[in-house]
Amino acid sequence: MSRSPISVSAFRNPFLGWWIIWGILHALLILNYGYTPDNAVLDSLVNNGLLLAACLLISNILRYYLPQRNTYWYVLFLSITFSLVVTGLSNYILKLPASSGSAYQIFLSGAYWIHLGISFLMIGCMSIICVLWYTQEEEQENRQRKNDMEKLSKEAELFKLRQQLQPHFLFNSLNSISALIGSDPSQARKMIHQLSDFLRASLKKEEVQWVKMEEELQTLELYLEIEKVRFGHRLSTRIEKDEKSLQFLLPPMLLQPVVENAIKFGLYDTTENVTIQIYVKDENDSLKVIVKNPFDPETSTPRQGTGFGLNSVKRRLYLLFARTDLVETEAGDHVFTTTIKIPRHENYHH
Amino acid sequence: MKIIIIDDEPLARSIIREYLQFHPELELVAECSDGFEGIKSIQQLQPDLIFLDIQMPKINGFEMLELLEAPPAIIFTTAFDEYAIRAFESHAVDYLLKPFSRERFDKAVLKYKKSGKTSLVKENLTPLLNTVLSGPADQQRVVVKLSGKIRIIPVDEIHYLEAADDYVKIHTRDGAFLKNKTMGHFESILRSSQFVRTHRSFMVNITEITRIDPYEKENHLALLKSGARVPVSKTGFLKLKTVLGL
Repeated sequence: MSRSPISVSAFRNPFLGWWIIWGILHALLILNYGYTPDNAVLDSLVNNGLLLAACLLISNILRYYLPQRNTYWYVLFLSITFSLVVTGLSNYILKLPASSGSAYQIFLSGAYWIHLGISFLMIGCMSIICVLWYTQEEEQENRQRKNDMEKLSKEAELFKLRQQLQPHFLFNSLNSISALIGSDPSQARKMIHQLSDFLRASLKKEEVQWVKMEEELQTLELYLEIEKVRFGHRLSTRIEKDEKSLQFLLPPMLLQPVVENAIKFGLYDTTENVTIQIYVKDENDSLKVIVKNPFDPETSTPRQGTGFGLNSVKRRLYLLFARTDLVETEAGDHVFTTTIKIPRHENYHH
Repeated sequence: MKIIIIDDEPLARSIIREYLQFHPELELVAECSDGFEGIKSIQQLQPDLIFLDIQMPKINGFEMLELLEAPPAIIFTTAFDEYAIRAFESHAVDYLLKPFSRERFDKAVLKYKKSGKTSLVKENLTPLLNTVLSGPADQQRVVVKLSGKIRIIPVDEIHYLEAADDYVKIHTRDGAFLKNKTMGHFESILRSSQFVRTHRSFMVNITEITRIDPYEKENHLALLKSGARVPVSKTGFLKLKTVLGL
């Protein structure tokens, strides 16, 4: 439920002050016409008291029944009814103590239309203020709700995008370990440790929003070491990094699907030995990561290069930075290059 | 009994080799690290049974089988491929999920021996391949064999298909390739938004069409970028019009 304007002190206090001034002016005016102070004060109190009550009532009514577009007639109707009731009632009350035929009684009858007009103006003004107020409140609430909803779904989506650890990788690694246990137990043990470290790092990273490039690169290196055991001499890697770039922050596990894609693309698209190259650098104060893998232009269509992995990276970067130009791919002569730019994040510190 | 292992991961091959030691009657005659080597070894050595991985470089295990005229008995080995596993189960083909135990391996070998060498696997292979090679995702490429050499044709590079007796002729920039399949097969594996069966014996890649001219009575001729002319029947023309949004 939206707040009533009366409950907001920024509105209530000037509103009451204005009302008191208006009441005093009203009394002074009647005094000026030559009626007694008693009559003037009573007239002002009854009239303005009833008007105030009507204004508060109308603000409450509109709080529950805010007119939609096309039903503003309802507000006009409400204002007219209220002004008639207020004027009639105040006239009736004021006439009770006054002796019939007195000058004040005659003044009252004569001032009926003026009273009615002023009441209508006041109540009308109040209605318009309230309609505007509540409409704005409602809009703000809707906006807030929409924002909350978007934030929720964004978080859920980001979470989902980060969750995509390849079961294929896991089962194949376990199979390699199973083979090593027979032939090379110490290597098997080493691989178990690497796999555990990798899994632990990726689980831990699910909880944080940003990680240092240094940490991300360590996880990637673990992953590549495991893949090297799986694929033997076929896979080699080359990693170059500059010191400054390692201090940059980036979303956790963002580069994982890029490297997975490079491996999949590289290893399954040729039967030769494959070198995956990763370059991490600081460029114009933003982080730039370049991943290169060999591919065969004869058998790969360009479409394959933008597989699900890269799409999820694009989507994540879009959700975080509202930019679509942060991922670029280029199919060169037997080398497929993926370039990812990550703008400096505000939490960045040295 | 002659055995061949086909898997691109050396350690995956070594564990099968290790388990095979306990079956002296099975003689390991070759180990291959991709489908090309696999085809060559199978043709040369004529094994009785192969252990075949699915995800391999260049051509996967299924594509390799498709190129064999007389495939041997097969035990598939795979790590994780829900779709393939469902296909194996529905076609009663044996498979080992990596990592697998020696007991499970022995069971698979025993099952093969019991099946009496003319394996169950062979009979079930054609329907299995039809299932796995026609989806779930639409086909990205077609693998063909030309005088002993294997070619991988990305579907975007196919200009048009032409029926020729028991074969389908695949026309590309580099010439035509024959594949031992029916037009119906291609109709089910190729994206219907890109390939339209314009005629009983023709199917065309619509991105290759430059012009469609009327030709005799109610028929048309589609002119392709390559200069080729593809007949379009009356119903084919209607299909083309829908796909092109005319």
